[in-house]
Amino acid sequence: MNFINGAQLLDYCEKENKKISEAMFEREVTHLEADPERTMEKMRKAYSIMKGSVKKPMEEDIVSMGGMIGGESKKLHTMRNEGKNICGTVVSKAIAYAVGVLEVNASMGLIVAAPTAGSSGVIPGVLCTIQEEFGFSDDEIVQALFNAAGIGYLITRNATTAGAEGGCQAEVGSASAMAASAVVELMGGTPRQCLDAASFAIVNILGLVCDPIGGLVENPCQNRNAMGASNALIAAELSLAGIKSITPIDETIEVMYAVGKSIPSELRETSMGGLAVAKSACETCKACAERRNKK
Amino acid sequence: MNEIGTFDILGPNMIGPSSSHTAGALRIAFIAGKMVSKPVSVKYVLYGSFARTYHGHGTDRALVAGILGYQTDDERIRDSFEHAKAAGVDFEFIENFTETEVYPNTVDVYVTDENGNEVSLRGESIGGGNAVITKLNGVDVELTGNYNTLVIEQIDKKGVMAFLTTVLSANDINIGTVRLFREGKGKKATTIIEVDSEIPAQVTAALYSMDAVKNVIIVPRIKMD
Repeated sequence: MNFINGAQLLDYCEKENKKISEAMFEREVTHLEADPERTMEKMRKAYSIMKGSVKKPMEEDIVSMGGMIGGESKKLHTMRNEGKNICGTVVSKAIAYAVGVLEVNASMGLIVAAPTAGSSGVIPGVLCTIQEEFGFSDDEIVQALFNAAGIGYLITRNATTAGAEGGCQAEVGSASAMAASAVVELMGGTPRQCLDAASFAIVNILGLVCDPIGGLVENPCQNRNAMGASNALIAAELSLAGIKSITPIDETIEVMYAVGKSIPSELRETSMGGLAVAKSACETCKACAERRNKK
Repeated sequence: MNEIGTFDILGPNMIGPSSSHTAGALRIAFIAGKMVSKPVSVKYVLYGSFARTYHGHGTDRALVAGILGYQTDDERIRDSFEHAKAAGVDFEFIENFTETEVYPNTVDVYVTDENGNEVSLRGESIGGGNAVITKLNGVDVELTGNYNTLVIEQIDKKGVMAFLTTVLSANDINIGTVRLFREGKGKKATTIIEVDSEIPAQVTAALYSMDAVKNVIIVPRIKMD
């Protein structure tokens, strides 16, 4: 069994009464001839690394290699634990987890690129939160990760998830779409609702540029992962409420790709534009470099 | 193009912060480390984005970890400098901003082992944690580490290729790809053979039985999951 776009995937799911996660798993073991048990084992390992990467910054003091981030996850968890959070528990926790994974990544810790290292906080942030707040088992979350991978596959197959090619919308946007779709499936939505949620997530941040300060995966990447996590939850809620996307996922992906190509190269991971060239950003970067050289 | 699988999307499992600046860099140094017996000193020359951002991306630590033989998901990478000192491996980094006609994430690695053998190679980190060796001991090559690989340095002459494939066949090793790179007719040449299975030590010994074969290096496949 194989599919190369969202229309084929949806057609298969609706005809065979399958979930997107089941279709993606089937593609892996039939079309790509992967061993079923080994495939599940690899996904269980990926989720276990994701869980480790959301918990580590709660327990350890982290300083990133570039010196621009570290400790943000703790601050957010503390605020929520003191009951001072503005966002409800789900969003508050998801963003705390997402920024934490970026701390781990930026300090040379172990993460799962999902789909990239720069967007690695979104999916663990959302799914670890949904598991804790709604009581899903590890197996259910692992299953949902195949749904997320299905969306990521559609984007990679037909567009890009690289910031250098499509900007942040292609990295955090893709991660957000993957997480949104996985949440919809977990909460009992249909495959069509999953794809609509993925569309919403992408459209909501269409055009977002990639402008990392100093060329490092720290800032604004970390905050944008928080945004990507909350955006995934918003997109899932919109779709689960019965709101329908005007564009099917294939068109949305095509639009995202076209927008990505029209973003000037200065705003696609080259650090020659956007926030990366702001006066204060350059000063921060210089100060970090000096601190590092003194060590 | 290869088919995209589930773990191309959710993966690799890696040490951050950037697959091209850490995992890809480690891969290059890993290959260099496997080309000598026990490394004792390494010099890295960094170009392009590697030269500009290697501190903040931990590219330097990844390059040292690669020489030590760590995999891309090994949490010791962060502290590889300390581990290298403990293992008696000296290392230095040189930034090259003058040569700009190179791929943005390029590093030259010069490694010397305990017997005084030196290997030099140039590697390019091409994204997603993948890398390719484009130069080995001065010869233009192409080597990825995605397969178990035999690197044979030889004198270019008739019959060498037939001999190499016969030895592999006799050891029940299936060949995936073969590429021959040479400086010129009758001069130094490098054969790179990617195979499907592990390469036992007796293969090396058998290959040295031909005079034209000067050096045999086995580079084991680098797992990425």
